[in-house]
Amino acid sequence: MNNFFNQVQAVADWLSSSAQWHGEDGIPHRLLQHLAYSGISLFFAALIGLSLGLLIGHTGRGGFLVVSLANFARAIPTLGLVVLIFNQVGLVLTPVVIALTALAVPPILLNTFEGLRGVDPDARDAARGMGMTGWAVLWKVEVPIALPLILLGLRTAAVQVVATATIAAYVGFGGLGRYIVDGLARNDYDLVIGGSAVLVVVAIVVQLVFTALRRFIVSPGILGQARRS
Amino acid sequence: MKRITRLAALGAAAALALTACGGNSDNKNSNPLTGGNKSGAAGGTITVGSANFPESAALAEIYSQALEAKGFKVTRKFNIGAREIYYNQVVSGGIDVIPEYNGALLTTSVDKTSTAVTADDVNAALTAKLPSAVGILQSSKAEDKDSITVNAQTASKYNLKSISDLKAVAAQLTIGGPSEFKTRAQGLVGLKSKYGVVFKKFQPVDAGAQSSLESLLSKNDIQAADIFTTDPTIATNKFVILDDPLHLFAAQNVTPLIYKPAVNAQAQAALNAVSAKLTTEDLQKILQQITVDKKGQETVAKSWLSQAGLG
Amino acid sequence: MIAASGEPLVRWYWIGDHGSQIWGYTQTHMRVALLPVLFGLVISLPIGILCSRFNKAYPAVLATANTIYAIPSLALFMIFVQYTGLNESTVMIPLTLYSLSVLIPNVVDGLASVSDPVRQAATAMGFGPLRRLLQVELPIAVPIVIAGVRIAAVSSISLVAVGELIGQGGLGYYIVNGNQINFPTEIIVATVLIVLLALLTDTILVILQRLLTPWARARGRTA
Repeated sequence: MNNFFNQVQAVADWLSSSAQWHGEDGIPHRLLQHLAYSGISLFFAALIGLSLGLLIGHTGRGGFLVVSLANFARAIPTLGLVVLIFNQVGLVLTPVVIALTALAVPPILLNTFEGLRGVDPDARDAARGMGMTGWAVLWKVEVPIALPLILLGLRTAAVQVVATATIAAYVGFGGLGRYIVDGLARNDYDLVIGGSAVLVVVAIVVQLVFTALRRFIVSPGILGQARRS
Repeated sequence: MKRITRLAALGAAAALALTACGGNSDNKNSNPLTGGNKSGAAGGTITVGSANFPESAALAEIYSQALEAKGFKVTRKFNIGAREIYYNQVVSGGIDVIPEYNGALLTTSVDKTSTAVTADDVNAALTAKLPSAVGILQSSKAEDKDSITVNAQTASKYNLKSISDLKAVAAQLTIGGPSEFKTRAQGLVGLKSKYGVVFKKFQPVDAGAQSSLESLLSKNDIQAADIFTTDPTIATNKFVILDDPLHLFAAQNVTPLIYKPAVNAQAQAALNAVSAKLTTEDLQKILQQITVDKKGQETVAKSWLSQAGLG
Repeated sequence: MIAASGEPLVRWYWIGDHGSQIWGYTQTHMRVALLPVLFGLVISLPIGILCSRFNKAYPAVLATANTIYAIPSLALFMIFVQYTGLNESTVMIPLTLYSLSVLIPNVVDGLASVSDPVRQAATAMGFGPLRRLLQVELPIAVPIVIAGVRIAAVSSISLVAVGELIGQGGLGYYIVNGNQINFPTEIIVATVLIVLLALLTDTILVILQRLLTPWARARGRTA
């Protein structure tokens, strides 16, 4: 147990030393890189996941395709994909972005699809009865109702991507993973733990941001109904 | 409803059964923190470890097969990715034998401040500073050193033959290496203090380090790299290993690191016999077979041992 | 990378030559991946049941579970190796923790999906709380729980590869080794196998779910 407290002390020292907050290897720079890798991948994943999820959820056809695609993407080992593409293309961000996007698409796709399927058919009927076209039904009725689940999917994806973006450092890039890879290579245990601690904090903050987003974006009427998560 | 209860019971039973299976597979590996249930006597089990790169695994396989040829049982724990982990395992007795490189071992795990450079000095420093239960056996003449290697076009463009030639031009060049190269004395730190060489940029490469570095070097994404000297692609790519007159890199002879209580005289003799016969050309040939011909470590080790008369 | 060296993408003969070695790594991989999910399930059931009974505890438990999920697996392996040494348990314990962080919310959600009328009907029929839990609530929760088991299993199978960085990665060995000697065959074989194993496990779990919920089939609902 003494070992544990020494470890915590060492990490606290690392975090508070001013060297950690400046320059290329400082926490702000690495954090920015990390968020950049995560953001790009999340953007592409949202593009793919949301459009596919909305299309298939709205039309109600191809549900099986959606689930199969999501399962397949989730089964791909991120390490294997990154290493394979890196082996073929070398020192570019492509392997990282592709692997992280593959990781993020399933939760977004599945939750968007589930959200739209879960819309009460009566609500759809009422909308059509009011004369709305398919497009309007989608954006004015289905999406607002499905929003909590869609946001949940985005949140899950965001947290997973942020946690896994450490892999960028393994193939020569920056980000918070740099501390873990460097620490491992230099036998600097404190670096590994310190970097992981920062990563955990960032992941928690991302979760909170999305949770707060929910409160602002989802209409109050829906918020009241959706008690889940 | 009854089916659920039955299935639950089955599931619990399966879980317990599987736990037993899982437990059994762990018994083969002794608890490294106590390291106690080991007989150092002949015929006991010796645990051989290796680091996470092909040459280390090949050497470890050679050690393993040499020991098995003398009647020892060998447990293999190869591909450990962090020196801190496997070094601590040797200290605590979780690993009994691991192929090491004396110079690297000294400055990364035993005495960071040591300035010993020749094989004799390094080994003397190691023997003096290693914990009492840990020791090194005889070093082999076979050596695999870090190096500063440049690609052919950079060498000819700036007429580079030795590391000192870099001083004037390094500020325009990028050097690649495993991430620890940046802070090591036998790395960028020493480059600056011994030679006054400072590169424009350091590119860390960890995934498949050596292979990736060669690839980047040949594409000229980086102009210089820390390439291990036994690498077969140095010749095929016409890379140039720069001379190191000021001894940035210490001797790096292949040296078995052992946990003494578990390695008796007979086992030590077997390992020393391997070290006596191993040469640097052997290392190059071994690496060639593994990285170019894609032969597995067991095959390569077996053929080296039979050709050395030790298998 | 490959263009420089001319190494083909796949050397098919290698696969044939190394069948038994590949099978060995596969067995290790599946054992290290799936036992933690099983342990996770066994542990998450009582915890999830308690959380759904004592609602106040749940947010704290959920927050802990989410935090654990955010810790990079490599860091966890490094922490545990100090205590559990250099063997499979060092990888299996963190994987169990990850499974827990997926399964506990699913158990709670599954129990929450039991509608009040059903609970009341059970009580009206004379079911005590334990019997109601075992014979009514848990069976209804099965689809959601198994959905969680599927996710936990698939990510577990994927995460085992990372254990290779301490030499305990099952098929992950081929991913790292293939990269070190510029042998994409190994990387591709390992990656494809991992995907297939994950999909196979997922399918088996879906079938298991269908077997455990015959009433859903009767009503024509898909699981």
